[in-house]
Amino acid sequence: MEQRIDIDWTACEGHGLCAELLPERITLDEWGYPLVEGTPVPTGTIKRARRAASDCPALALKLRVRQPT
Amino acid sequence: MTMTFPDVYMSPRLLAPGGAPADLPTHEQRYGALPYGDPDALLRTVAESGLTGRGGAAFPVYRKLVSVAEAGRRTGRSPVVVANGAEGEPASRKDRTLLQLSPHLVLDGIQVAAAVTGAKEAHLAVEDGASYLESALAHRRDPVPVKVLRLSKRFLSGQSSALVQYVGGGAALPTYKSPPVRERGVNRAPTLVQNVETLAHLALVARYGADWFRSAGTPAQPGSALCTVHVPGREVRVVEAPFGMPLARLVPLHGMSAVLVGGYHGTWVPVAEAAQLGLDAANMGAGVLAALPADRCGLAETARVLRYLALQSAGQCGPCLNGLPRIAAAFRTLAAPGPQGTTRDDVARWAGLVEGRGACHHPDGTVRLVRSALTTFATELDIHASGLCTATDAAPLLPIPEEN
Ligand SMILES: Cc1cc2nc3c(=O)[nH]c(=O)nc-3n(C[C@H](O)[C@H](O)[C@H](O)COP(=O)(O)O)c2cc1C
Ligand code: SF4
Ligand code: SF4
Repeated sequence: MEQRIDIDWTACEGHGLCAELLPERITLDEWGYPLVEGTPVPTGTIKRARRAASDCPALALKLRVRQPT
Repeated sequence: MTMTFPDVYMSPRLLAPGGAPADLPTHEQRYGALPYGDPDALLRTVAESGLTGRGGAAFPVYRKLVSVAEAGRRTGRSPVVVANGAEGEPASRKDRTLLQLSPHLVLDGIQVAAAVTGAKEAHLAVEDGASYLESALAHRRDPVPVKVLRLSKRFLSGQSSALVQYVGGGAALPTYKSPPVRERGVNRAPTLVQNVETLAHLALVARYGADWFRSAGTPAQPGSALCTVHVPGREVRVVEAPFGMPLARLVPLHGMSAVLVGGYHGTWVPVAEAAQLGLDAANMGAGVLAALPADRCGLAETARVLRYLALQSAGQCGPCLNGLPRIAAAFRTLAAPGPQGTTRDDVARWAGLVEGRGACHHPDGTVRLVRSALTTFATELDIHASGLCTATDAAPLLPIPEEN
């Protein structure tokens, strides 16, 4: 199943750790909040994406099968 | 008091004629008793009717009813119905007018929605008029009990996840919803959040069927919608109009420079373009139409609205918290004649940064307004940059709560 990175914006504190762990998919905006590549995460990156999710200090980064509507 | 002249545009479906509130006997005399048929047949009728939500997003009602009913069956939890009468949009008056004039039509719609989804619990959330609605409820013998909830006056109170939180005893703030409210809402039960006007239409679809419903509007957008019409110097009016009706018949365009279509999350449309448009579910939001006279400054009006929208942000999400106040402050600069520096580029960049990056669509709606103002008032922007302003009347126009 295709997984995408999703941010719980109410929880994200702009620590920016995710951008260090997944630089090819996440950069930071001018206020320090993540700008996420919205396309499905390639299989080879899934493991590190999971790591970024579990390491996010605010538990704001989620790997989801589809976007909430 | 809001005036209603529904019959000018079509024989009114929703609003009690004559501007007098309809009590239960009057209501039943006018519409007949509410039939409780087979839920599946009713669901098919709703699908055929093409009814969409009237709270702003025009989402197909049938699809939401099906998801909630299915989530109820799957989880074994009875769904909850939440009738959204928050009407947080300051320029909208259609929901409170509907609840005032035809409360029983909305209450019928709640029962229909409960029957179709299998809900055993229902809530009606309003900002004012709660005791009036409670006494209307007391006259009825409804299969599913309805509780009336009082909301505080905030732009965000009616956002679906905020409402669901509030009904469950929490603060009326948007939350990150995954799975969505229709699967896990009030106290984790599958929840149907539907605008009160949508429910009133639903009550009529249940009575008179899909063909009747489709006899107004266009094949692609069947039915009618309540609109709140603002024309300077006239009383604010709530009218019911079929989709496809020329905007020019709803709002006088003579002497105007632009029309705000869809309220504070909507779009400014230049008057020449508005003259070509019909009432369209895709851009009318919750039905606000406001005419801007040629002697007023659209940039100044937008700046006032943006200041309000930025203050109404729940401040929970980084991009919204950082971006909206900056955009609002920049627009204040653009609204005054004088040098603009990089302000226009800043606004465009910040608009891109807040869009789609929040727990709710407040940033997205705000960006829609911003972008439409930048294009519709492009000439005025240039005039302001050269230190001039063509507007001759600086009196504020659009309603902003508690502005000082
Ligand atoms: C910031 C924000 C404010 C909203 N306020 C309202 C409101 O006051 N009333 C309303 O019916 N819907 C409001 N909505 C839309 C609701 O989230 C929801 O989509 C709607 O009530 C669903 O009903 P409908 O499908 O019948 O339109 C708001 C949405 C957002 C993003
Ligand atoms: S690590 Fe978590 S809290 Fe920090 S910016 Fe990334 S998502 Fe936000
Ligand atoms: S996007 Fe803005 S208004 Fe919506 S929940 Fe986040 S901070 Fe609040």
